[in-house]
Amino acid sequence: MQVTLTVNGDEVTSEIEPRLLLVHFLRDTLGLTGTHWGCDTSNCGACVVLMDGEPVKSCTVLAAMAGGHEVRTIESVERGDVLDPVQQGFMEEHGLQCGFCTPGMIMTARALLDRRAGGEPLTDAEIREAISGQICRCTGYTNIVKAIRWAADQEAAPTGGR
Amino acid sequence: MQVPAPFEYERATSVDDAVALLERLGPEARIIAGGHSLLPMMKLRLAAPEHLIDINDLDLAYIRQNGAEIRIGAMTRHRELLESEPLAGLLPIFAEAERMVADPVVRNRGTVGGSLCQADPAEDLSAVCSAVKARVVIRGAGGERVVAMADFHRGPYETAVGDAEMLVEVRIPVRAGAGSAYEKVERRAGDWAIAASAAALWVDGGTIADAGVALSAVGPTTVHATRAEEALRGQAPSEELFARAAGIAAEDCSPTADQRGPVDYKRHLARELTHRALRRAAARALHQEV
Repeated sequence: MQVTLTVNGDEVTSEIEPRLLLVHFLRDTLGLTGTHWGCDTSNCGACVVLMDGEPVKSCTVLAAMAGGHEVRTIESVERGDVLDPVQQGFMEEHGLQCGFCTPGMIMTARALLDRRAGGEPLTDAEIREAISGQICRCTGYTNIVKAIRWAADQEAAPTGGR
Repeated sequence: MQVPAPFEYERATSVDDAVALLERLGPEARIIAGGHSLLPMMKLRLAAPEHLIDINDLDLAYIRQNGAEIRIGAMTRHRELLESEPLAGLLPIFAEAERMVADPVVRNRGTVGGSLCQADPAEDLSAVCSAVKARVVIRGAGGERVVAMADFHRGPYETAVGDAEMLVEVRIPVRAGAGSAYEKVERRAGDWAIAASAAALWVDGGTIADAGVALSAVGPTTVHATRAEEALRGQAPSEELFARAAGIAAEDCSPTADQRGPVDYKRHLARELTHRALRRAAARALHQEV
């Protein structure tokens, strides 16, 4: 079957098997290997991408179901050669060790910050809740929360994060 | 790598279209909504439908009040149930349960219709809908029928939804003096419940006019605790009464031992969680919530 969707701002059309999962479509068909493929059971969150702005586990969405929708992956968050504040936060606060969970964590954090833009400051409890469906097997959760907090503070600053 | 068996994919454009596709494609066709129950089953080859009918484009994502009823469309996602302020005002049990359904990312996809139709005995919304006396609207080629939650569960993973039929809406009566609460124990975020209890009370003039109690993860299906409900009806709310009703609910459930715990522990949870849910439901009904 043929599927057409928008990935990182570009419309792509592809001939696929209906059973192809979005994670494999992104990695194998489009070569966007920044999205990681982890547990395959919608538990770990390594494969999180944004679909119409909301984080979804791409191992549990058919590529066919993404047809007509807008998908954003980790490859889209850097602007030119300027890192997204969330990426910068992961550097500043040592938010990654092995890096396997990082793309999914960053996409979830990006959506969290976008939803809250201009609103009340995020609490650490809200950040922890937002990433509660994602696993860091290095167990670096404290620094991941700090990294997202860094980005939130940066974006809330009068000069703006980006 | 877990890959579903091959199937054909169709995207329905309306409820009528979805029902017509179900009729035409036969019993090996399945509806897919959020896909967070069906796709994992297909990856494990526990399900191998020949056709999937995607209903994500249908106009079935809504929460509306219609006279004395709340109507929730089958495609309403968990996140929308969690964040709906009108729903939280009338039926706080929904947001309370939703906070513990899977995890926030899964809640962006999973739907109320999918959860109910999956009919996993450990699923949360089946117990919630049972406790609040919901009815579900099932559409087929011959029209629609309305089925009470008490008649909805037919067995583990089996519901009243027949071949070539689909669940389109959940209807919940809005009655005065209502209070509701959900209590669940799970080992980690996103896990199934070890046990959970949903309770709703309708208090009129100091007595319980009606009660709904349903339990999750402690039986082959959602457990409708009808004897506990009978014990509550017509009585004045009290700690003693709630303890008695909770004891009856614990007697009437049938947990099995698994990696989440032994039978006696789960039965203990069923009693304790039902007691707590009733206590909080009553406080809400009587506006004594602290």
